[in-house]
Amino acid sequence: MSLPGPWYLGLAAILFGIGAIGLLMRRNVLIMFMCIELMLNAANLTFVTFARMLHDIGGQAVVFFVLVVAAAEVVVGLGIVVAIFRRRASATADDFHILKG
Amino acid sequence: MTGLLATTHPTIPDAITFVVSAMIILGGAIGVITSRNPVHAALSLVATLFGVAVLFVEQQADFLAVVQVIVYAGAIVVLFLFVIMYLGVDRQENINAEPLKGQRPMALLLIVLIVGGVIALAVNAHWATGAKSVAGSTTANHHSNVYQLGQSVFTTYLFAFEATAGLLVIAVVGAVVLARRPRLAAAAEREEEAAAKASDDHAGVTP
Repeated sequence: MSLPGPWYLGLAAILFGIGAIGLLMRRNVLIMFMCIELMLNAANLTFVTFARMLHDIGGQAVVFFVLVVAAAEVVVGLGIVVAIFRRRASATADDFHILKG
Repeated sequence: MTGLLATTHPTIPDAITFVVSAMIILGGAIGVITSRNPVHAALSLVATLFGVAVLFVEQQADFLAVVQVIVYAGAIVVLFLFVIMYLGVDRQENINAEPLKGQRPMALLLIVLIVGGVIALAVNAHWATGAKSVAGSTTANHHSNVYQLGQSVFTTYLFAFEATAGLLVIAVVGAVVLARRPRLAAAAEREEEAAAKASDDHAGVTP
């Protein structure tokens, strides 16, 4: 059978860290979105690993819902990016200060 | 099967599968955060998603692996590519520009501390303790993973499942509202087009 759970948990932690580094360091909004997807995938991997370790299908059910929420989030997020890009013709997070008073 | 799960040791092919997919996952993730072209980043994201799907299969989450490939690698990444192409932002980006001084070293330090803490916990802690199986076992009664997951989603998590339907409708409506051009701007554009066409017609009259 598969390797012990902590291997998967460590890999998921590293994947989450890479996603967080990318989210904090990159300035391109689209790439920041992709980094959020990386972090969501790390969380999904953790859930599936715990579902296997605890013999509990609930972890996989949660991953199912995370997939749905991720799809909805990407749709709305990219809609916002398109709407902002139409005004400012830039995909850099530092240029987005429309709401500044 | 449940007893076997606890006693069987991992085999060499399992270790190889884990190592190869871990390399694909981490390589793809590093590709996402280092590539200067958003299209390359999206393709690296596909590699990461496939690697995670392989690890799902390895952990008996067959249905989620299929959904991962279809929804994530199929739909979400294609949506990303649509937006990249639509906006035309597939030009190179200057990664070295640092608008906020000192933010990057701080971010790196923070993340390394957090990940180091989590991994130290993983090494020292006893995982998988506490209450078990509120929603049923992953391998109970020799049913397939799809059967188990479907039964769980449509009984224990039925209300959450219904709520996701509302969430998806809201997301679709929100995306349409956000991506729609305001009526005034669209009308102005149409007038401009008509004017351009009229001047073209005039130009066409004189030989």
